[in-house]
Amino acid sequence: MEFRTRDGVAKVLNGVSYHVSAGETLAVLGESGSGKSVTAQTIMGILDTPPGFVTNGTIKFRGEDLLTQSAEERRQVRGEGIAMIFQDALSALNPVFTIGFQIEEQLKVRRGMSKADARKRAIELLDQVKIPNAKGRVSDYPHQFSGGMRQRAMIAMSLALDPELLIADEPTTALDVTVQAQIMDLLAEIQKERDMGMILITHDLGVVADVADRISVMYAGRIVEHADVYELFRAPGHPYTESLLESLPRVDLRGQELKTIKGLPPSLTNIPPGCPFNPRCPRVFDRCVSEVPAAHNLGMGRTSRCHIAEEVVARG
Amino acid sequence: MGRYVLRRLLQLIPVFLGTTFLIYALVWAIPQDPFAGKCGQRPCDPAYIAEMSQKLNLNDPLVVQYFKYLGNLLVGDFGTTFNGVSVGEQIATSWPITLKMGIIALIIEAVIGIIAGVLTGLRKQGFLDNLVLVSTLFLISLPVFVTGFVLRLYLGPQGFDFMDTSVSSDPTFGELILPGFVLGSLSMAYVARLTRSSIVENRRADYVRTAIAKGQPQSRVVGIHLLRNSLIPVITFLGTDLGSLMGGAIVTEGVFNINGIGGLIFRGIQEKEGIMVTGIVTLLVLVYLLMSLIVDLLYAVLDPRIRYE
Repeated sequence: MEFRTRDGVAKVLNGVSYHVSAGETLAVLGESGSGKSVTAQTIMGILDTPPGFVTNGTIKFRGEDLLTQSAEERRQVRGEGIAMIFQDALSALNPVFTIGFQIEEQLKVRRGMSKADARKRAIELLDQVKIPNAKGRVSDYPHQFSGGMRQRAMIAMSLALDPELLIADEPTTALDVTVQAQIMDLLAEIQKERDMGMILITHDLGVVADVADRISVMYAGRIVEHADVYELFRAPGHPYTESLLESLPRVDLRGQELKTIKGLPPSLTNIPPGCPFNPRCPRVFDRCVSEVPAAHNLGMGRTSRCHIAEEVVARG
Repeated sequence: MGRYVLRRLLQLIPVFLGTTFLIYALVWAIPQDPFAGKCGQRPCDPAYIAEMSQKLNLNDPLVVQYFKYLGNLLVGDFGTTFNGVSVGEQIATSWPITLKMGIIALIIEAVIGIIAGVLTGLRKQGFLDNLVLVSTLFLISLPVFVTGFVLRLYLGPQGFDFMDTSVSSDPTFGELILPGFVLGSLSMAYVARLTRSSIVENRRADYVRTAIAKGQPQSRVVGIHLLRNSLIPVITFLGTDLGSLMGGAIVTEGVFNINGIGGLIFRGIQEKEGIMVTGIVTLLVLVYLLMSLIVDLLYAVLDPRIRYE
């Protein structure tokens, strides 16, 4: 997957690979610009082309490769098979239509439901995402909802066609902390009820720890580490993950300076040779600059793209 | 909403009084004998001057004159010209013609302008986009009377004989299509550009991406989600434009010899028939005020984020 820009071709995603099963939550973790959202949009097939081009690879859903499907077949998968919720529900919802209209639209256009049935189902969905007085609020406009309620409405809309996979692209980033927790709880609950797969895209380690089963850590458009959530927090297998965990504020280390990762993520049009993390890595040595690290298998489904992955895990 | 409408209606009163007074003052307070040239080569008969001055209240101070005029206006009396022709009757015959032409112009500019704007906004930098950009620039830079004369000559019997470009004294809908097109051509170019930039701006909006992610068909993504948001500024422009179209009809009516209020106002100015000019301009002011009120109310309907309290 690459973006063709004026500054050259940005290889946005490179060798990214993960899988999600029904009822499972995969967290995709990474800094801004690491390619997490682009991965999600590539799966959904909602990237703008140009500049975005998928040059090769496969996206398999229910055993079928989405990339070989026609545009119409892919459209049918959206909403019905894979649904997506976005970071900022205020701008992601259409400001001039009521919440009800935007949910009912799915039911009417995609399922051919009657107006009255669609309205009834929309109220049920709003009820499911715990919007108080759903019946009264169904004809409200997005701007009449609070931030948390808007995200709930967005979730209700994504559930309208009972998708098997839900991609949540930083669903709580725009919300304040107490509301964040409520939304995450809601997502976890709904997922359990419906036995739905979920890809949770976030840069928030706290959110990940709560709900994810497995984690893929992305850096400069590649997955640098992949692990079970407990394993990753217990002993990170990549220096980048390690640095991320160290940069979390901790109550028991109060008064000490907060650790940060030095430097900036690389520009995707100009990824450094060797391991893309080498300019910022605390454990860098000559091989990192000359050779792209292969995926090291660390057992129990864990992989890490670091030359000294075994050593890093052992020390953690 | 009700309170807002009431307040807006009340606001119309001072605006109406102010503008009509200004027009009245401008027409009648000119330091010139209103009877100059009214009676051919000779000066007017003193008896005629006395009678007309009495009739038009010319001996009163300007403010008193104005309120007397206003009083008559409110009971529907537009007064009579120096030759004793009823202004009200004149307006009644020419008004519908200009209104018809204005509405035709509005429909043409809305339909062609919006379609061109949407098509070019969706496919930026293609052949069509350049074509529309160049042709709208062309239309914007051409004065209306040039567009009018050129189309009239080339489409008419002297040119390619494509259609009959003459307009009868009581014109039908069909006869007014070409004049309406000429009248609306400038605004059509603006509508096309306004729609285009609005579509371009909203095309990458998050809610459009959401609609695509929902798997809605392309026709609904564009026709419902994108268009509804993009047309808000366009409709506002179209609403206020009806007033300008009717005022701007003077030139178009001149080119096509149409017996509308444009011609009436032009002759009124030429023959210094102050009462005719004030009457028509007052009417135009009313149309303008009414249209801008409708646009403001429409705006709240189109964009639910706007509420008048």
